[in-house]
Amino acid sequence: MKSRAKSSGYSPWKPAFGLALLTLLAGCGEDHLKTYPQTTFAPASDFARELDWLFKYTLVLGVLVGLFVFALLGYIVWRFRYQPGHPEPEQVHGNARLELLWTFIPALILAAIAVPTVRSIFNTQREAPANALIVEVRGWQWWWEFRYAVNGGRDTVVTANEIHVPVGTPVQLRMTAGDVLHAFWVPQMGGKRDLIPNKVNTLMFTPEEPGVYLGQCGEFCGDSHALMKMRLVAHEGDGFQRWLQNESQPAPAPRDSAVMLGKQLVTKGACAGCHTLRYGAARDSATMGRTGPDLTHFGRRRTLAGGILENNAENLSKWLKNPPEVKPGSKMPNLNLKDEEIRYIVAYLQTLQ
Amino acid sequence: MASTATVAAPHAHAAAPHTETGVWSWITTVDHKRIGILYFFSSIFYFLVGGIEALFIRTQLIVPENNFISADTYNQMFTQHALTMIFLALMPLTAAFFNYIVPLQIGARDVAFPRLNALSYWVYFFGGLMLLFAAVTKMAPNVGWFAYAPITERQYNPGPNVDFYVLGLQIVGLSSILAGINFIVTILNMRAPGMRLMRMPIFTWMVLITQVLIVTAMAVFTIAITQLMFDRMFGTTFFDPARGGDPLVWQHLFWMFGHPEVYILIIPIFGIISEVIPTFSRKPLFGYNVMVFASVLIGWLGWGVWSHHMFAVGLGPIADAFFALSTMLIAIPTGIKIFNWIGTMWGGSIRFTTSMLYAVAFIAMFTLGGISGVMHSVAPSDLQQTDTYFVVAHIHYVFFGGTVLGLFSGIYYWFPKIFGRLLDEKLGKIHFVGTLAGMNLAFFPMHFLGMYGQPRRTFTYPGDLGWNWMNFLSTMGAYLMALSTLVLVWNVIRSLRKGAIAGDNPWGAATLEWSIPSPPPVYNFRDIPMVHSRMPLWEADANKEPGIPHGKVAEDVNSITVGGTQVGEIEYPDSESKMSAHDLGIHLPPPSYWPVILAFGILMTFGSLIFRNLDGALHNLWFLSVAGVLLVAVSIFKWAFEPGH
Repeated sequence: MKSRAKSSGYSPWKPAFGLALLTLLAGCGEDHLKTYPQTTFAPASDFARELDWLFKYTLVLGVLVGLFVFALLGYIVWRFRYQPGHPEPEQVHGNARLELLWTFIPALILAAIAVPTVRSIFNTQREAPANALIVEVRGWQWWWEFRYAVNGGRDTVVTANEIHVPVGTPVQLRMTAGDVLHAFWVPQMGGKRDLIPNKVNTLMFTPEEPGVYLGQCGEFCGDSHALMKMRLVAHEGDGFQRWLQNESQPAPAPRDSAVMLGKQLVTKGACAGCHTLRYGAARDSATMGRTGPDLTHFGRRRTLAGGILENNAENLSKWLKNPPEVKPGSKMPNLNLKDEEIRYIVAYLQTLQ
Repeated sequence: MASTATVAAPHAHAAAPHTETGVWSWITTVDHKRIGILYFFSSIFYFLVGGIEALFIRTQLIVPENNFISADTYNQMFTQHALTMIFLALMPLTAAFFNYIVPLQIGARDVAFPRLNALSYWVYFFGGLMLLFAAVTKMAPNVGWFAYAPITERQYNPGPNVDFYVLGLQIVGLSSILAGINFIVTILNMRAPGMRLMRMPIFTWMVLITQVLIVTAMAVFTIAITQLMFDRMFGTTFFDPARGGDPLVWQHLFWMFGHPEVYILIIPIFGIISEVIPTFSRKPLFGYNVMVFASVLIGWLGWGVWSHHMFAVGLGPIADAFFALSTMLIAIPTGIKIFNWIGTMWGGSIRFTTSMLYAVAFIAMFTLGGISGVMHSVAPSDLQQTDTYFVVAHIHYVFFGGTVLGLFSGIYYWFPKIFGRLLDEKLGKIHFVGTLAGMNLAFFPMHFLGMYGQPRRTFTYPGDLGWNWMNFLSTMGAYLMALSTLVLVWNVIRSLRKGAIAGDNPWGAATLEWSIPSPPPVYNFRDIPMVHSRMPLWEADANKEPGIPHGKVAEDVNSITVGGTQVGEIEYPDSESKMSAHDLGIHLPPPSYWPVILAFGILMTFGSLIFRNLDGALHNLWFLSVAGVLLVAVSIFKWAFEPGH
């Protein structure tokens, strides 16, 4: 895999301007990534690399065809423009040999595209290997739910808008939707796959570079489709296991009174109707709300509100003040919380590390 | 037999083209030419509306995190932009040419069913008003023109928005199906004597293929939206996964219509371009037969590729491979057409009228759209492009670079025939340069935006993803296009009054419509012409059959000749058509107001279903539905017994 993708520039069609164009399109290295953090041109998984190679290969062929047609067209309109005094042109009605030629050559070019396409279709949709990490993904209006099996499948870790994966291990996402259609898309990990109610779709990739990658819902899903984002965190070494271990623990207990008040508001108030929170040593001390994200380790997440705001006290207060204003159509209503209450809740949620 | 006097002055009889005037005469007209003009101005109007909707979209995206319009308004705008452009602007604008030009090109006096033709127009007119009403009252569909289930179901979309989609498109689709049947019958049955299928003008050929696609594709779509209507109004669960329905069935039905729809919009343009390029190159179309067969093949293959819109759906590798390969196949006949147009120009004597400029630009821009189309057929790679701005770029290179540029070419080409006056060439060239620069500025950066990760159908984007400058350029391009469109509108208004008088055949074109005065008399042809060749107004023909001297129609309409020698007489089924003047008894269908009343009855029936679901005082309008149905029934009855003479 790796070797073929690395040879992307070395197709038999390698003309100098093709490469120049690729460089222009793909940019290079870290700078490029800083400028366009959601780019498809900086693949960080086997899946994304394969798609990237195919895209550039097709692009080079397409650009060659396009340049040929444009050059021909340009030549013709200049060469055969009307000039006074020229005789009427010869009335040519066709030429079977020429027409066969421009049927045959495009067919050949398309065959050159078809072969790697079909190979890649089967390659990118193969069965998951035994060592693959399975992550269940569920799309909601407008946030992501990720579920990991822990303790040999007896327990489940649930998180939102932030998917964690280890580098070097194949990851298979098993995806469905809770309400309408969504599509999982982290460009640097690979292409989109739709999330469809009552159907489980899979997507498999092996992350190759550690880092935090941006993702975005790809299928129109209503008012805040634009605001349904996520982060994919690829861990090196045992980072992923440590993260998973921490997530599987209950939320830490409050240490001061403001936090205690916040906990009261969250676990006994309206929040609990929608959000799950595992906060006790005993497994039954938890809120059971299912319509909103699991909040157990909320404070560790990088973002809030479907990945659109950085997770800090200021943004969290803004969000709690009036969610539908931050996110049109938000299923979390404006609870008319007092500023004081918001302060306590923020204090509590931030301790949920 | 015609006398020598008529040969010298073949059109001396051509008096005022339309004997009746006034609003009422336009409402009751069944003349295909007037209906064509109605389609023309309506679709130009909706083209401007669709453009304004596009400007709303582009203005919202000009800077990141803009608050110009709300998320819901944005969703309505991008949905309505597509619906307006596809169903209310571009399809009807092609229909304007079908109506006006096809009967003239085949040497007929009208279409096969003139009153049905009027009905098609009025049904479209009212359907368009309904969608326009939805847009201005902020109740427009807000789920995209693709309207994927289940977001269209009542629990996710309780308002009337999707009802407007369902009922508005049923009305508009009805119009298309009626027109489609009418044109298929017209083209197959009403060609002038001697016009075999393979002598038909290429534009008429493309219309025939398009109409077959319309009738079949629209039928599939009608099934889909009827099922959706039942889901929303009567509690069925075709597409509702929560109650056992399957949202993917909608996608299959939608794209089984939606993909052929692309060809419905582009094949007529193939026809226009194939008329314009030979005319202004002064050469016959290169490879006429192959052009016809390639288009039939494109139409046919158009049915086998719908799931290439669904590569992200998870249909499995076998389905993905099949649809990837079938999609690639379409590039072959399309490529043949492009090279045949180039072959037509090769060795020609090319005159760069505005019409020809648009035709050449069409070839270039459509090639770009075709190349990105092939890139989409590469299924795995498409997973990175689908639902991004790359696709928006592609579809606009096909629909704007293809359909709209082609329609502009057709407008400049046939305007003098339709209105008797030429469009101003200088304004035309300003329009051309502005449009071409604007469209490339607007749509080319979108390829990059898509690859840099900008999803489509999003009302806002953060400022730190590197998309800002490209979105800014794109919006500037949209404004430039809007300005140049105003130049076209001004050109049309001005030229209607002050344009140079066109004459019968200002371009020296070869097909029959140029043999009669501009604008043509109400009965089109004094004598139904006898056709000996594909390009009857040009001397030479592919098969070296006897042509007709440049600029004249066969006067001796009744004779059958072989190699210039008369061998027989044509027997007309209707002896009246031998008569050469209107008042001598050319049979023309009389005006009728039943089409417009019937169309209004359909609007009433469907419209009241929407208001049934609105809150407030208007919530129960069942009596309007009953009245609408009654009106439809009465109109059909009266129509059926209306005297035809």
